[in-house]
Amino acid sequence: MTTLATEIRAPAATNRRMLAAGTFIAFGLVDILLFGLFSHPGDAAFALSLSGASVTVPTIRIAGWVPYIFGALSILIGIARATVITSPGLRRLAIAVVLFFFVISLLIWSDTGSWTHGIPVNVVTLLQATLAGSIPLILGALAGCMGERAGVINIAIEGQLLLGAFMAAILASTVGLWVGLIGGSLAGGLVGLVLAAFAIRFFVDQIILGVVLNLLISGITGFLYDRLMVTNAQTYNSGNTFSAVKIPGLGDIPIIGPIFFDSTIILYIAYAAIIVVQIGLFSTRWGLRVRAVGEHPTAADTVGINVLAIRYRNLVLGGLLAGIGGTYFTIGSVGPFGKDISSGLGYIALAAMIFGRWTPLGATAAALLFGFTTALGNFLGTITVPISPALLAMAPYAATIIAVAGLVGRVRAPAADGRPYVRA
Amino acid sequence: MELELRGITKRFGSLVANDHIDLRVAPGEIRGLLGENGAGKTTLMNVLYGLAQPDEGEILIDGRPVTIHSPKDAISNGIGMVHQHFMLVPVFTVAENVALGVEPTRTLSIPGLPGAPGLPTDLLDRGQARRRVRELSERYGLQVSPDAMVEDLPVGVQQRVEIIKALLRDASVLILDEPTAVLTPGETEDLFRVMRELRAGGRSIVFISHKLKEMQAIADDVTVIRRGRVVGQRPPTTSDSELAALMVGRAVELRVSKEPAQPGGVILSVRDLTVSGEVVPSVDGDEGRNAVDGVSLDVRAGEILGIAGVQGNGQTELCEAIMGLRPASGAVRLDDKDISRDTPRDRLRAGIAYIPEDRQADGIVADFSVSDNLVLDTYDRPPIASGIAMNLQATRDNARKLVAEFDVRTSSIDTPVGTLSGGNQQKVILAREVGRQVRLLLASQPTRGLDVGSIEFVHRRIVEERDQGTAVVIVSSELDEIYALADRIAVMYEGKITGFRSPDVPVTELGLLMAGARVSDSDGSDGSDSVDSDGPPSDGASGGGPSGGGPSADGAQEQG
Amino acid sequence: MTSDPGNQPAGPEQAPIDTDLHSATATSGPPVRDRFRDTGSAVLNAVVQGSPAVVTILAIFSALVVGALVIAFSDSTVLHAWNSFFAAPGRALSATWNSIAAAYSALFEGAIFNPHTISAAFHGGSVGAIFYPLSQSAAQATPLILTGLAVALAFRAGLFNIGAASQWIGGAIVVTYLGFAVSLPLVIHAIVCLIGGFAGGAVIGWLVGALKARTGAHEVIVTIMLNYIMYQVLNLVLGTPTALQLPGQANLTSPNIAPNAQLPHVGGPPPQVGVGFLVAIAAAAATWWLLERSTVGFEFRTVGANPSAARTAGMSVPRTWVLAMLLAGGLAGLSGAVAIQGTFYSLNFQSYGNYGFAGITVALLGRARPLGVVLAAVLFGALQAGGTVMQAVTSVPVDITFVLEGLIVLFVAAPPLIRAVFRLRRTERAGFGGAAKGWNG
Repeated sequence: MTTLATEIRAPAATNRRMLAAGTFIAFGLVDILLFGLFSHPGDAAFALSLSGASVTVPTIRIAGWVPYIFGALSILIGIARATVITSPGLRRLAIAVVLFFFVISLLIWSDTGSWTHGIPVNVVTLLQATLAGSIPLILGALAGCMGERAGVINIAIEGQLLLGAFMAAILASTVGLWVGLIGGSLAGGLVGLVLAAFAIRFFVDQIILGVVLNLLISGITGFLYDRLMVTNAQTYNSGNTFSAVKIPGLGDIPIIGPIFFDSTIILYIAYAAIIVVQIGLFSTRWGLRVRAVGEHPTAADTVGINVLAIRYRNLVLGGLLAGIGGTYFTIGSVGPFGKDISSGLGYIALAAMIFGRWTPLGATAAALLFGFTTALGNFLGTITVPISPALLAMAPYAATIIAVAGLVGRVRAPAADGRPYVRA
Repeated sequence: MELELRGITKRFGSLVANDHIDLRVAPGEIRGLLGENGAGKTTLMNVLYGLAQPDEGEILIDGRPVTIHSPKDAISNGIGMVHQHFMLVPVFTVAENVALGVEPTRTLSIPGLPGAPGLPTDLLDRGQARRRVRELSERYGLQVSPDAMVEDLPVGVQQRVEIIKALLRDASVLILDEPTAVLTPGETEDLFRVMRELRAGGRSIVFISHKLKEMQAIADDVTVIRRGRVVGQRPPTTSDSELAALMVGRAVELRVSKEPAQPGGVILSVRDLTVSGEVVPSVDGDEGRNAVDGVSLDVRAGEILGIAGVQGNGQTELCEAIMGLRPASGAVRLDDKDISRDTPRDRLRAGIAYIPEDRQADGIVADFSVSDNLVLDTYDRPPIASGIAMNLQATRDNARKLVAEFDVRTSSIDTPVGTLSGGNQQKVILAREVGRQVRLLLASQPTRGLDVGSIEFVHRRIVEERDQGTAVVIVSSELDEIYALADRIAVMYEGKITGFRSPDVPVTELGLLMAGARVSDSDGSDGSDSVDSDGPPSDGASGGGPSGGGPSADGAQEQG
Repeated sequence: MTSDPGNQPAGPEQAPIDTDLHSATATSGPPVRDRFRDTGSAVLNAVVQGSPAVVTILAIFSALVVGALVIAFSDSTVLHAWNSFFAAPGRALSATWNSIAAAYSALFEGAIFNPHTISAAFHGGSVGAIFYPLSQSAAQATPLILTGLAVALAFRAGLFNIGAASQWIGGAIVVTYLGFAVSLPLVIHAIVCLIGGFAGGAVIGWLVGALKARTGAHEVIVTIMLNYIMYQVLNLVLGTPTALQLPGQANLTSPNIAPNAQLPHVGGPPPQVGVGFLVAIAAAAATWWLLERSTVGFEFRTVGANPSAARTAGMSVPRTWVLAMLLAGGLAGLSGAVAIQGTFYSLNFQSYGNYGFAGITVALLGRARPLGVVLAAVLFGALQAGGTVMQAVTSVPVDITFVLEGLIVLFVAAPPLIRAVFRLRRTERAGFGGAAKGWNG
């Protein structure tokens, strides 16, 4: 199989440079031809503090012609990408800058003119929404990293989020919020355990298994929702939520404070999880063993590492994280559970993990990017800009296809990912 | 440390891989373990390393019996192993690979309490991991950089990483399983230097190989095993011919009654065929060698060319390149028509019958019925198919005919072929391939793992094909088979053909050619360029005869 | 190199330590079974050893048991009865039994037949009403057969098509557009729409196959992502008046397709069979023929079972992938066509439903065989039809059918588990062990 796969893989690397350059230039042209030419007279306003904040930051005004400049710069970057930029760091920076220009141009265009009636774009609100919306993505993607780094594909992230959300809602209603948080986490861990048992013990194909578990959990939560929650909302689905906790000191910093340090406990757990999983995977004995198991289980076995134990443990630990991510949907934000409340975000978490190349930090960055497109789509929806939010909502998925097709750098999964281990 | 294996027996089903093997390794000794592929060397070492449990026998260390159930036990008993297929994580650095399983971790010193014991953590101490590698690397002159990514290293260096892994675990006995199989001659020299230094440091080494000259160059004493038994123990000064005879065994047990070949015109003509190997970027500009390196050969109608050689010397790649399954440069002509750019399907259509080396992986579809497997490459042509519709009756008729003709023992033609014995599976492949009109039969390891009855059947059919005027190429690492079938013998070593010989060549001479020695045959032509295209090979190309072992061996030593 | 461990999880007893030696031992396969054994003991043997059919039946049974527990213990009456279990144990048990019996008998009556309709028929009621549940089940099964085939066909070629949902949308969009924007004569209009639906789905499927063949992009990831992309495309076209949105409506729904494009019901109401059901059965028959009797199907099956051997035998593996995904997408698109043309007449998120994902479970339960797919789809269709009735009669939510489907497939996927639970003898590897591999191909 390996020979077959490598032989079929097309020489995408040769075209990548031109493709990237072309994409940058296309973005630049959109900046100019759409956001520039169709701009409206006047400035766009960007508010940088929430109403009623103790320390306010003055609103920034940007003229409607600025997208022209951004567009021109993007085209220049595109040309540079085709000619002089070679280092990986600069390449990534170029992507970031072009995307940034594009987004700002889009916002300028949408805020000048009649749609917003002069109401400024509130950057803080937008980024708050981004961060909050990214919580399940981040925790789900971390769960994915934990499993796949140890060599087990976890497509059941969606199910872990959903069951976590459900358990959190029901336990928060019947017992208490904190029990809901813990119960949601345990629900995710349970899914991880089932996944591990079927995949490791019964050798069931991991991808099929994940999909089936997702369908099953969707069915169970949907059933119990109709059966218990609809009729007895007060008892089982009261909609308790964690309130935001402002971190003393940090929370008062202008701009940064309200975005990063004035949120529910779940966001802070996510911060901790990112750090712990990143350091854990790449700087500890545990992580070294996990990665060895995911890359070359036989090698790990020959130096005395228990391959199967590591896989079980990682799937359960990852499930606990994804379960917490799921609790965000209910006790972390809207409160009551609803059918399929995770609405496929588990699959985006999977995409974020792949996009982030199986690293916690990369997955987090991808999750934030995906979260931002969602927040932006919601925002544009509220000001009735003539851009379909559906287009923005597609972006993360399209980006993932482009990534796995090898068009933006090679994405390589852990070598033993998805393969059951049987000692020789 | 003194290591002793006593009466180790290991069976796989009815097959006895190790039959009461005794082996003693003294401290500071390089013990050579010589034997052919499948002789049971690797099984023995897997027993020693805890990867397999012996059915009988015991392992003693310094006279005390020990039990080794897992690699962990082996490591704690001071046994280290460098596997034939490296146990390295390609995307880890050298230091990480070496540290795996025995990771140094950091202890956090508690601020304000300078004298207090630190707090143990799980954080890797990369500095120490690096230092350990650097120290060992310097002490034994291994020249390994701890920060290099393993996948970027040439195989020779990767092997040294494996050695460092074993040394770090304080292995007193180091098993090197076919360590030179993947090395270039220069790298082999480096390895020998390292081995001598380890010996000087008091460690013992078990050196497994099937290459005579390497045994002579490095071993202190050589144990020869054949078919799971120890057949002799010799000093390294023993002559090539004696070692080769011990290793291969004198008797050629399988004889096929066949008439002398009556070669006709050239059917297959291969010129300068080159297949690049797994290219490994190298620090010292040493390019990864080609899997097949400029091979030229001709095969005539009605003759069998046997390609001998130790496995992994490019035979597989040569066959796949001839079939178009592997990109290659050079020319392949069939019946004087260039087929170098043809797809595998076109080549099959042009009249090549192909019996792949890995029967299970490439030859059959185990879940398919016997009858479906019998049409695997003719399913879309009349009479099996008309248009895109397959004719079930024709498929069944075809199967019935071939099952009868090739004596395939199956309960029905609908039985999944995976449930048949290996011999019957091979008969299915053979029936499928030669059951149609063919010009060339290309068979790679056609009798590997078969029972004697099936071997005889397959051999007889191959000879029959030859007698019907088909050109036949047989690749085999079994010398018995080569002798039994070939009308002409070519030997492959490291992707090149080291010589063409007639089938009356002495076994020692073939052994030498297989081990890479250049033995000039009596024609004066030499090595890969010799294409025996003019005239039948029965002109007694290697005039040495059965007694010619001595002088040839001398020639080899001059060159080595 | 060619055999990866994920593909063939061998039992530990095989211990292939020395590869050369292993090949020698592995080739001596199990003795050929005596096929002239008497039938009675053959049946017994099948049960004890756990043949696929037996495992499937036991899996369905297990799922129904678990489902019963879920139904009972989410029933507040039952829970209350159990709270006073020690006071009145009989009451707890009878409450449990009543809860389960009520739900499952309603399910049965909604799915297969309702005894009351027979007595009603004797008293002047409609005879056709007896068959009403069955026709409902068939109607529910129709799109499922086709999405199930879409997953199954790809499966046989070694591809895991999770994207039936996206291909369904691709087909449905084309069908809906052709249905209301084009005017054609009777019959022809319906046929054009069916072809359009097939084509719409085939394009999406082809994209997946082409990406895999050309770049090695894993079909599972691509199909998952395409599911969401197409979902948003549906969102987009249904929200755009110039595309598919019903003019003058804020709702995300299309206009009804022209009557000429609609698929009629034959047999006259109420015992009626939609032409869509016949189309689905015909598609299953065609798929069966393609897979089992054509050279194309032979290639699919060979590539699916052993791509390396397929290549050695001269087949083009990438071309097979592309063609298999194209046809699979077409079948899913056809599912969209029969759903729109035969049942809903307009495209919206209600008609989108759950067919694509349910198709996965249908294909898995049907073991990727066309006949199995039809049976599994009819079973799931019956569950859904019965579930709807059950919800109306006993207020047990229809979602229990998704639970049952998921459980059935989960149990079917792990024969060792079923064998362990029922103490059957042989243990073998999982049912779907070899279909898909890791991300790296």
